[in-house]
Amino acid sequence: MIQHLWAKLTDHLDPFLFAVVTAIAALGLLVLYSAVGESLGRVISQSQKMAVAVAIMIVIANLSPQFIARFAVPLYAIGILLLLGVALGGEVVKGARRWLKIPGVGNVQPSEIMKIALPLILAWYFERHEGSMNWRNFLVASALVVIPFGLVVRQPDLGTALLIGACGFYVLFLAGLDWRIIVGGAILGGLGLWAAWEFNWLHDYQKERVLNFINPENDTQDAGWHTIQAAIAIGSGGLFGKGWGNGTQTHLEFLPEKHTDFIFAVYGEEFGLLGGVVLIVLYLLFIGRSFVITANASTLFGRLMAGSMTLMFFTYAFVNIGMVTGMLPVVGVPLPFVSFGGTALITLFIAVGILMSVQSHRKLVNS
Amino acid sequence: MSAELRNHDRELFWFQRRLSLAAVLVVIGFLALLGRFVYLQVIQHKHFATLAEANRIDIQPEAPNRGIITDRNGVVLASNYSAYTLEMNPQKIADLDVAIDEIGKIVEISARDRRRFKRLYEEFRTNESLPLKSRLTDEEVARVAANRYRLPGVEIKARLFRQYPFGEVASHVVGYIGRISQSEKERIEQQELSASYKGSDYIGKRGIELSYERDLHGSAGSTEVEVDANRRVVRVLSRKPSVIGNNLQLSLDIRLQKIAEDAFGNKRGALVAIEPATGDVLAFVSKPGYDPNLFVDGIDPQSWDALRDSPDKPMLNRPLQGGYPPGSTYKPFMALMAQELGVRTASQAINDPGYFRLGAGHWRDDKVGGHGIVDMVKSIVISCDTYYYQLASELDIDEWSGFMKQFGFGQKTGIDIDGELTGILPSREWKAKRFPKDPKLHVGDQVSLGIGQGFNTFTPMQMAYATAVLANRGVAFKPHLVKRVQDARTGESRLTQPSPAYTVPLKQAHVDVVLKGLEGVVTAGTGRTAFLNAKYSSGGKTGTAQVFGLRGGDYKASQVTERLRDHAWYIALAPLDSPKIALVAFVENGGFGAEAAAPIARKVLDAYFDPALLDAAIKKAVSPAEALASASLQREVKRAR
Repeated sequence: MIQHLWAKLTDHLDPFLFAVVTAIAALGLLVLYSAVGESLGRVISQSQKMAVAVAIMIVIANLSPQFIARFAVPLYAIGILLLLGVALGGEVVKGARRWLKIPGVGNVQPSEIMKIALPLILAWYFERHEGSMNWRNFLVASALVVIPFGLVVRQPDLGTALLIGACGFYVLFLAGLDWRIIVGGAILGGLGLWAAWEFNWLHDYQKERVLNFINPENDTQDAGWHTIQAAIAIGSGGLFGKGWGNGTQTHLEFLPEKHTDFIFAVYGEEFGLLGGVVLIVLYLLFIGRSFVITANASTLFGRLMAGSMTLMFFTYAFVNIGMVTGMLPVVGVPLPFVSFGGTALITLFIAVGILMSVQSHRKLVNS
Repeated sequence: MSAELRNHDRELFWFQRRLSLAAVLVVIGFLALLGRFVYLQVIQHKHFATLAEANRIDIQPEAPNRGIITDRNGVVLASNYSAYTLEMNPQKIADLDVAIDEIGKIVEISARDRRRFKRLYEEFRTNESLPLKSRLTDEEVARVAANRYRLPGVEIKARLFRQYPFGEVASHVVGYIGRISQSEKERIEQQELSASYKGSDYIGKRGIELSYERDLHGSAGSTEVEVDANRRVVRVLSRKPSVIGNNLQLSLDIRLQKIAEDAFGNKRGALVAIEPATGDVLAFVSKPGYDPNLFVDGIDPQSWDALRDSPDKPMLNRPLQGGYPPGSTYKPFMALMAQELGVRTASQAINDPGYFRLGAGHWRDDKVGGHGIVDMVKSIVISCDTYYYQLASELDIDEWSGFMKQFGFGQKTGIDIDGELTGILPSREWKAKRFPKDPKLHVGDQVSLGIGQGFNTFTPMQMAYATAVLANRGVAFKPHLVKRVQDARTGESRLTQPSPAYTVPLKQAHVDVVLKGLEGVVTAGTGRTAFLNAKYSSGGKTGTAQVFGLRGGDYKASQVTERLRDHAWYIALAPLDSPKIALVAFVENGGFGAEAAAPIARKVLDAYFDPALLDAAIKKAVSPAEALASASLQREVKRAR
């Protein structure tokens, strides 16, 4: 009986994908232990969150893509409503409304829901119009992207908005958005950014972040300090790192957010270039497997969903490591499966669950 | 159906194309990250490794212990004690008054502390913390520590303080230290001493503390520590100890100094006593003095204004910086010169009618009708002006100044504290330079110079030096306040003046004549009353130097305002046959030398020759409060060992 249940539960898991995620998560817990000052408290708490997230992943892996698709419209609608709720009465933290207090549920960050809900509704929408897609469908899809994007930008949370926009864009791109529109859109976007800068549509802190990214030495005490200290940590790690628990930047409190968004700096300092290569290889294996799943998916919904989730993982990893190493401006993006924090972890494991669902329900549809 | 299928296949084909493109982008993205890793961790590794070390390691300077100053018998005159201070960083505080009020609720902050702090802040405008209250009790320290979270920018520091246990006594000798000013900082940098001063906030400002700064200060050590991002020390990596400053042993006898200062009472003036055989300065008095302890943590504006604006000029170092005509104390040196230059012999006498006439000039003696027949010894004993008017009129001024120069008149004596006045020893050259419109030095000018008036301007220090050289029969030692400099670590010490500076070529018979005159002053002349029944032999000479040109008319001291009264002088040496002490006592606006200055000299000489009197002085000097201070000081000394 129990064996049967176990078999049923694990039947839909992709062993390769699961193995790689487990490896990354294990590495993450190792770094976390060092980053929080070699105490087990946060490590245990993170493990518990991981267990919950994995449970959700297993449930979702067992759902068929068709069933998941049914959630597209309600989830998107709830997401939009919550974003409106945030705009009207959200909790103000550090000058931005990002959180919504819902009685009985607690604090919810609706933008997090959108990271899944947006690709979901787009994939659902495109599948409904499979075989007869024209420019009008893309126009509607674009509108579906722009609404949550705009709401999150207004919070203001430019980083998350860009991530949500990217997730939406990946679906449009994979669905076959015309190259002329992509190129045209890129040009328009560039102009838009220029205008936003020139006409002060950006908040001061956003401008500052961009400026600090361009020249971090300008402001060694505040925002630029993060970038510089992270670069010092990683650079001083050298080829093989200073060893687990030996990072001076980490343990003498020079690193900001060192167990959340900047955890890669701890990793880079203590495990060096070798550790960096190992992590990149693990991500590549994970994403490569996701690409295979995407390519083998039997329905358009499955393909679009799996594809956008795959690219979302890449975006998270690339933007996070890029920002910690000073290649990109600082935005609030966690390192997938490594950074401390439950919300992002659940989103990520839902995405893994969807990938597994797409993979494991492939044959059923074919037969 | 088939069309739809074909459509489906085409869509799948395009999808696969786009997916491949995405995969390529993913690979490029990750390769870019790897490239960035290589750049940071391989190419720039050294740079970042250095930065990480610099982040981690802090060099904390360790200020050296300042050397201790003692008198010739080892009595401590300046020392250090460690105490807690409450320091505040004004840069971290929005409203100083509010912040001080807040602290005032926890420990008592006096109005004086508040004023002193504000004055310090205005003076230094530093971004470092400044002391608000020093010498906190253990209880106060505990209270502040408990409330620290409420007091940003406030910290408690344990640091060494300078203490002058004798307060005003010898204040013009010892001087004081104070916080390093901007200009002093620049000077330290110019002299490339910055490394020695790392972590030091204080520097000598006056007196010995200033002139022996290099010996006293020592040099800073440092501690290499690992710190966290808040610059809190995590652990000590290495330590280079500081080098403590050298200890100074003064030639001063604080007992004699105290007796001399007490002898002045409320009078203004100066006294310098020198050991002729060594140049040791035994007492160096400038009255009034000031309490150097006031300056250590920065003086409060009220006390400073009081010191600065007082008509008694307590900050003026009179022996060194006060220039006065020597009056009749100049006469013994005139007599010696007359013999040396061959202008007079001891036995040549004049008949004094009570005045001296030269051309249209007319100079009066004190005694109406004159002193009658006056030879050289008698001229000194009775201080006969006419004898010296005549002598002066016969001399060549350049020969004169050339001779006097050897006794240090109008010359810096080279004593080892700063700020010495040169004074004026008139010569042809000087006159021409000083009065270009009337460049010639007239014989009339010379006549006044002969009795120590006129242009003659000497410091009490110069008078004491000249007396010492005379007492030592021409063998001159540079006067010095610091006798010995001792390296506190090795215990090795060196004398500052081991041998004579030069010898004035004098015929000893000529010196004997002058000494006989000085003896006569004490036994039968103007110094007789002051030195009645002295238990030792001494020689002396009174002097009364005019401040105001009243000499031609009737001068009645009671009718002249105090500030315009004559200055009183007395020079002395004792015992006569082989003088162990030469001194000058000077009372500003004191009136007659015999009445104002000679009694002070008597008290000092009495004490010098009576150990019981000397010891009584210091026993009396140490009040209960001072005893407490000296006890804590001895603890400090023990701890330092």
